[in-house]
Amino acid sequence: MIEYATYFGFISIGLAVLMNLHRLIVGPDSINRILALDTLTINTIALFILFGIWQGSSTNFEAALLFAMVGFITTVAFCKYLLRGDIIE
Amino acid sequence: MNLALIVLLPFIGALFPAFLIRSGRNACAYGTGVFTLVAFILLLVQAPAVFSGQVIQARFEWLPQLGLNVNFFLDGLGFLFALLILGIGLLIILYARFYLSHNDPMGRFYVYLMLFQGAMVGIVLSDNILLLLIFWELTSLSSFLLIGYWRHLPEARQGARMALAVTGGGGLALIGGMILLGQIAGSYDLSEILQAGDQIRSSSLYIPALLLILTGAFAKSAQFPLHFWLPHAMAAPTPVSAYLHSATMVKAGVFLLARVWPALSGTPEWFYIVTSFGLVTMIISAWIAIFKDDLKGLLAFSTVSHLGLITMLFGFGTPLAAMAGVFHILNHATFKAALFMSAGIVDHEAHTRDIRRLGGLLFLMPITATLALVAAASMAGIPLLNGFISKEMMLEEAVHTTYLGQDWILPVFATLGALFSVAYAARFAFHTFLGPVRDDYPHKPHDPPFGMWLPVFILVSLVVLIGLLPGLIAEPLVKITTDAVTGGNTPDYHLSIWHGFTPALFMSMIALAGGLTLMALYLPAKSFRERFPRPEAKVIFEAIIEAIAKVSGQITALAHNGSLQRYLAVMVSAIIAVGFAGYLGSTPLGAGERAMVPVNWPGLVAWVLLVAALGATLMYHHHRLFSLILIGVVGMVVSLTFFYFSAPDLALTQISVEVVTVVLMLLALNFLPKETPRESSSLRKLRDLVLSGLAGLGVAGLVYAVTTRGFESISDYHLAESKPGGGGTNVVNVILVDFRGFDTFGEIIVLGIAALAIYALLDSALHGAAQRRLSKWVPEGVRAMDPHPFILVIATRVLLPLALMVGVYIFLRGHNQPGGGFIAGLVVSIALLMQYMASGFSWAQHRLKLDYHGLIGAGVLAAGLTGVGAWFAGRPFLTSDYTYVHLPVIGEFELATALGFDVGVFLTVVGAVMVALANLSRVGRRADAAYEAQEQATDGKEA
Repeated sequence: MIEYATYFGFISIGLAVLMNLHRLIVGPDSINRILALDTLTINTIALFILFGIWQGSSTNFEAALLFAMVGFITTVAFCKYLLRGDIIE
Repeated sequence: MNLALIVLLPFIGALFPAFLIRSGRNACAYGTGVFTLVAFILLLVQAPAVFSGQVIQARFEWLPQLGLNVNFFLDGLGFLFALLILGIGLLIILYARFYLSHNDPMGRFYVYLMLFQGAMVGIVLSDNILLLLIFWELTSLSSFLLIGYWRHLPEARQGARMALAVTGGGGLALIGGMILLGQIAGSYDLSEILQAGDQIRSSSLYIPALLLILTGAFAKSAQFPLHFWLPHAMAAPTPVSAYLHSATMVKAGVFLLARVWPALSGTPEWFYIVTSFGLVTMIISAWIAIFKDDLKGLLAFSTVSHLGLITMLFGFGTPLAAMAGVFHILNHATFKAALFMSAGIVDHEAHTRDIRRLGGLLFLMPITATLALVAAASMAGIPLLNGFISKEMMLEEAVHTTYLGQDWILPVFATLGALFSVAYAARFAFHTFLGPVRDDYPHKPHDPPFGMWLPVFILVSLVVLIGLLPGLIAEPLVKITTDAVTGGNTPDYHLSIWHGFTPALFMSMIALAGGLTLMALYLPAKSFRERFPRPEAKVIFEAIIEAIAKVSGQITALAHNGSLQRYLAVMVSAIIAVGFAGYLGSTPLGAGERAMVPVNWPGLVAWVLLVAALGATLMYHHHRLFSLILIGVVGMVVSLTFFYFSAPDLALTQISVEVVTVVLMLLALNFLPKETPRESSSLRKLRDLVLSGLAGLGVAGLVYAVTTRGFESISDYHLAESKPGGGGTNVVNVILVDFRGFDTFGEIIVLGIAALAIYALLDSALHGAAQRRLSKWVPEGVRAMDPHPFILVIATRVLLPLALMVGVYIFLRGHNQPGGGFIAGLVVSIALLMQYMASGFSWAQHRLKLDYHGLIGAGVLAAGLTGVGAWFAGRPFLTSDYTYVHLPVIGEFELATALGFDVGVFLTVVGAVMVALANLSRVGRRADAAYEAQEQATDGKEA
């Protein structure tokens, strides 16, 4: 059962990733792209966890945790850059 | 062992003056002197053995594969020189204590002096010629520092540069010559080379080796036409001049001549080259010395002249001439050091060294004047002083040597040189100390404090004692030295004042009378000299240097035109060429036998993501922000791939590196144009397309070829040895901190250097033209009003302890589970930099008073010390060890020394990231402040 669930997860997240990619490339402006990257990060975290379930490994959860903890900094930095130019004031 | 200690002591002594100066000038001077004194005593302890004819040795292996060993030996020649270097060094330290003014940084002076002293002692005691070369270069470097000690004076800087260029260039020639010599003799050990004289002289490489070695020696000993650096080196403080130009630096060249004398002398080439250069130098510089108005300038040219004399004596090639040369080295060192110090006292007291403004000092500073007059008399060769005896020997030898088949050439020119030296000694003595007392000295002179004239007194006493009792005082030392120089062929000759009515005595009398006559006719002689054009060495030297710099600049511009595209194109082409050579080699690399793995859905998605992101980067690379976003996607796929192929350490690292990269790039992007200019022509684009296409296909082919075949790699060994050898189950970490710890050690040093380079480069953006551009900077677009959004501030502050804990956790378990110092360092850096970003730089800086530069240093130090720790267990550098520790509550856990190393990695990474961040943001804050000041100014105007 879990096997089918992971397959389903892979397919759905894979599709989501492709849609993110579309938004990322098409834009039209930087905010769309940054948001696309952020969503892509979240989808990647999901992929990590799915891999973990699939391979039966627990290190992946840590990677996901680390990614969740630091991944948003990238988005924040991009946004701060758009808002103020200087990201460390 | 004692020998090595004698060499080492000055170097150890060089560590302390910089600290000792805080306890005062006396502590600094005497604390430094103690090291020289101990070395001097250690040397004297060896004296009985040396005088009984023994050669004392100390040998340590350094790089035996290259023939480079730390071998020292002490024979008569080394003993004489070490005695002069340390003995006069001691006097110089005392003299400099009183000479240097309160404004001169005394600590720095003694550091340089001791470095120089150690290098000199190293030269004269080295048994290995490669080791000798190292010390030789060290003297060039440390004398550069000493001559340029008063770095606020342009002459000092120029003089130092000139000395470095000439002696360093000579050193380069010497390296070539010494290596040839070693090749001929089959050993780099002097003691063996000196035994192989016949073999060397008959070798076909003898002439090139001789020319190169002589170039090195002549450059150091200021032989014509390489003499010009020495007078310019007079810009140094007088203690330096007294030391460098009497007993040490310039004597290194003649020392070398004496040292290689058994191996190289005795051929017509040696005789004509060395004798001629010595003779010409002796006469020309003696002539110039007569007309120098600067006391030190006069002494400088006289030094060159005396070096010429010694060189000439070694050129004669007879044991007796060598003995005269050795004796004159000793005598010249004593009277010349005394004279330089006297000149320094005059300068110190009268505030001028210009002979035209001096005179009559005998009545104002009787002690100094008496000492200086005695030393000058010795320089002129007046009987009953030591200079007389060795000059007699020189003249005697000149009489017995035929030059170009003629008997008269050498005696005549030697007498002429002696005549000139009487003249300049007389000028030094009469025009400075005799004559009427004047009333227009820049400063009323009087005798200096006791400590300043004591060294002169000691040296002048030696001058008189050797002059009166040469057989008793100097002969044993001169004999054992000559023994070492000539390889045991010391002539049966006794040093004494009276040798009967010899030709030399008459020549001496002619020189004395002629010199005094010339002095009496000083003004006519001067106008006679000024009728001829005189080349200015400094102008010529600078023209040559400029021409060389221009040519090398042109060559550099040819290869490095500044276009990164071109460099990349060259590199990629080279890689393609090498790669295809591999493909087309003897065994063509095709597909392997391993079956392909089926493509799965996540893999396909990741692949599409990667290719699309890369393609888009290529399309939109002019848009800098967009490319940065796209590169973020690439990084994400890379970390996924690492995971997929079971490399969690790499994946974790990649994730954190991505974040840091984006933040640092965005900081820089703020000041860059948002679009890169379009400047590639379509032809160049085509070239780049072809190159990159070929390179990409080549790499793809290579990957295909490698992944379709099974092969043995070193990983199996690492996997097997990780636990038993390194005490950890995380192979990646064990490789990093243990198996290849030395690599990592180098890498963290490079990382630290890179961070400091960022600091240095960005610091220059805050000065000069860059700063003016920065102050006119105007932010693009409309800026949001809130620099520190509240939600972000709270979120990051709450996250801080969690993130730090994750960092510590990842660090601690790193040896056995994915993690380690590098990842932990990145995680902690991110935790810190998000505070800077959310709450502002000043807020974070105020709460986190960490010196990030110091952190880098501490990291490298921690890693290094951990490595050194292995030595105490008798193992090689960086060997790790581990043990199991039991603590209550926590239970049993493993403790590896590699943890200490990992702490080093951790600290360096945090330090490097934060230094880069702080400096990039510093530029931003500076620009921001300037912009706001501008705004306010315009607002004020409008109001």
